[in-house]
Amino acid sequence: MKLTNLMTSAAVALGLATAALAEDPTKVGFVYVGPVGDGGWTYEHDQGRKAVVAEFGDKVETVYVENVAEGPDAERVITQMALQGADLIFTTSFGYMDPTNNVAAKFPKVKFEHATGYKRNTDNVSTYSARFYEGRAVQGTIAGHMTESNIIGYIGSYPIPEVVRGINSAYIHAKKVNPDVEFKIVWAFTWFDPAKEADAAKVLIEQGADVILQHTDSTAPQAAAQAAGNVITFGQASDMAEYGPKPRVSSIIDDWAPYYIARTKAVMDGTWTSTDTWDGIGAGMVGIGEISDAVPAEVKAEALAIKASLADGSYHAFTGPINKQDGSAWLAAGETADDGTLAGMNFYVEGIDGDIPQ
Amino acid sequence: MIRLEKRPQPSQAWSLATPLVAVLATMIAGGLLFAALGKDPVEAIRPIFWEPLFGEFAFYYRPQLLVKGAPLVLIAIGLSLGFKAGIWNIGAEGQYIMGALFGAGVGLAFYPLEAWYIFPLMVIAGGFGGWLWASIPAYLKTRFGTNEILVSLMLVYVAEQFLASMSLGLMKNPEGFGFPGSRNLQQYDSAHNAELIAGSGMHWGVVAALIAVIFAYVLLNRHMVGYHIRLTGEAPRAARFAGFNPTRLILFCLGTSGMLAGLAGMFEVSGPSGQVSIDFNVGYGFTAIIVAFLGRLHPVGILLAGGLMALTYIGGDIAQSNLHLPSSAIQVFQGMLLFFLLAFDLLTNFRISLGKPEVA
Repeated sequence: MKLTNLMTSAAVALGLATAALAEDPTKVGFVYVGPVGDGGWTYEHDQGRKAVVAEFGDKVETVYVENVAEGPDAERVITQMALQGADLIFTTSFGYMDPTNNVAAKFPKVKFEHATGYKRNTDNVSTYSARFYEGRAVQGTIAGHMTESNIIGYIGSYPIPEVVRGINSAYIHAKKVNPDVEFKIVWAFTWFDPAKEADAAKVLIEQGADVILQHTDSTAPQAAAQAAGNVITFGQASDMAEYGPKPRVSSIIDDWAPYYIARTKAVMDGTWTSTDTWDGIGAGMVGIGEISDAVPAEVKAEALAIKASLADGSYHAFTGPINKQDGSAWLAAGETADDGTLAGMNFYVEGIDGDIPQ
Repeated sequence: MIRLEKRPQPSQAWSLATPLVAVLATMIAGGLLFAALGKDPVEAIRPIFWEPLFGEFAFYYRPQLLVKGAPLVLIAIGLSLGFKAGIWNIGAEGQYIMGALFGAGVGLAFYPLEAWYIFPLMVIAGGFGGWLWASIPAYLKTRFGTNEILVSLMLVYVAEQFLASMSLGLMKNPEGFGFPGSRNLQQYDSAHNAELIAGSGMHWGVVAALIAVIFAYVLLNRHMVGYHIRLTGEAPRAARFAGFNPTRLILFCLGTSGMLAGLAGMFEVSGPSGQVSIDFNVGYGFTAIIVAFLGRLHPVGILLAGGLMALTYIGGDIAQSNLHLPSSAIQVFQGMLLFFLLAFDLLTNFRISLGKPEVA
């Protein structure tokens, strides 16, 4: 008997068992790329998991595995959850894309949700992500006003579209309020490595940056900025409020709880379908953390105004005229970027120095 | 009082017994750790050692043991040859990466051509990549007397940069919407290191690991090179007087271990993993060092040790999700295994004696 058949029959057997016990809780699995205590990306996903538990109580059972390497290990962990009767599995890292789809093909009755990916090979896979670049627009506005050296340091994780989008959005809005602003970008090639992130922050501070933006998940850059004095930072993925009111002056918060609750509910009701969700500030998936008193009142008001216009849809973070780095036209005046271009963004906008690593 | 007394001869019995004693001690200490975390120790350890082999879903986990264990065994066999001769290749992780890049590079260069000779060429390229990367510390050691531990380790970080560069540039999937990572070789038949029997976990890397075990056993016990390796490790001065050529031995040991690590990387990238990506390497090259020592640098021992390590990884993930154990507790558990092994290893060469030392 082929393994696929064997698994399908195992899944069917479990499905029957589930049906027989009507009282059986809905089982929801989470696969995390980092430790739940990272204070950033994985921490927020785990907050989402806890929110699901708080919402449904005894009607759900959640399981999670942390620090799962992308590749064959991820595929094994996802399979293991499916075998043990999970009804819904959230896989929360881009690198889980192929493993998630592979496992989904073998377990047609189990629902899979992959964060930040684009492949939905079977109709039991959904993808979801957040428009973090909207938060970057608010961040860039504050950063442009606050910098005195006119040098803003940016710690990139990997040069993938999501990160490039964030850099572009932050730059456009910083430039808008401060034409002299300059971005220095360091690539850490990691999502979570406190030592590397701290080194990157120190290098940027030595090069004169007095604002540090980060797309990595640990609080190490916050600590480095605090040690250097007179440098401001923004919390990433999580609020990182413990570093406020300075250096952390605000933050971008990923709030997965509403989505996780809604999707779990859909599985319980039998209304779950394969979808591609890309929500921003308006839907509450991207939150802006409290802007601290270190920011002057008029700057704070301006930042909040941008946040409000992004939330109600009256303003798009990529509104023309915007040229690409090489000077060629991208968006005409008043034109806004389409989701397809944003999803695969692999170029800097005009004014940013340096190349995207290839 | 308690003293350690050097044995005139290393104890054969203890040499065989220490791995077992170490596993037992790990279970006890690990059980205490899990108890301190508020879990039932028996319930916590059972999924790690029992569940993957005999549990409800063992039909899935058993093949996974082969998938997880094969690269460990393949790399550890190569490392053990050098370790026996006192040649320390710490950089297998880098050789593993380079093997994967060379192998995948050849496969991707042929895309989308389908032909029978592509996979064999990839195997050769993978072995060559690993051999090349290990030959750098070998050459520097024989030519300039540099320390192979440092050079091979540093080259791991160089290899990681190559990996990142390839994932983002040359080998990036042109149909990947700008995301890093190569095409998935699992979807390219001629380059796919598929399971030989579906659902068995048995892929060419597993076959290669078994061949390597036999090859190493014959080499060490029946062949002149094996004798040189053992003598150089046990009595370097005698080996020199006997006129052995240390340069050739260094080139052979580092080159072979590099080649095997490169093969492991190539089989992984074309099979279970499928694609070149920035996070392709997950530490097999370093874990293999533990496997080599856990297996007492003996080919059969390494085979068993590779299986045991694979078991703790797979079982560890099961324990995490079933019992809500943090992953760091599982890592501590694995660390204990090596710690106890090294600690009990002392008993091979020393005996504990009670009472006052005799005056010589």
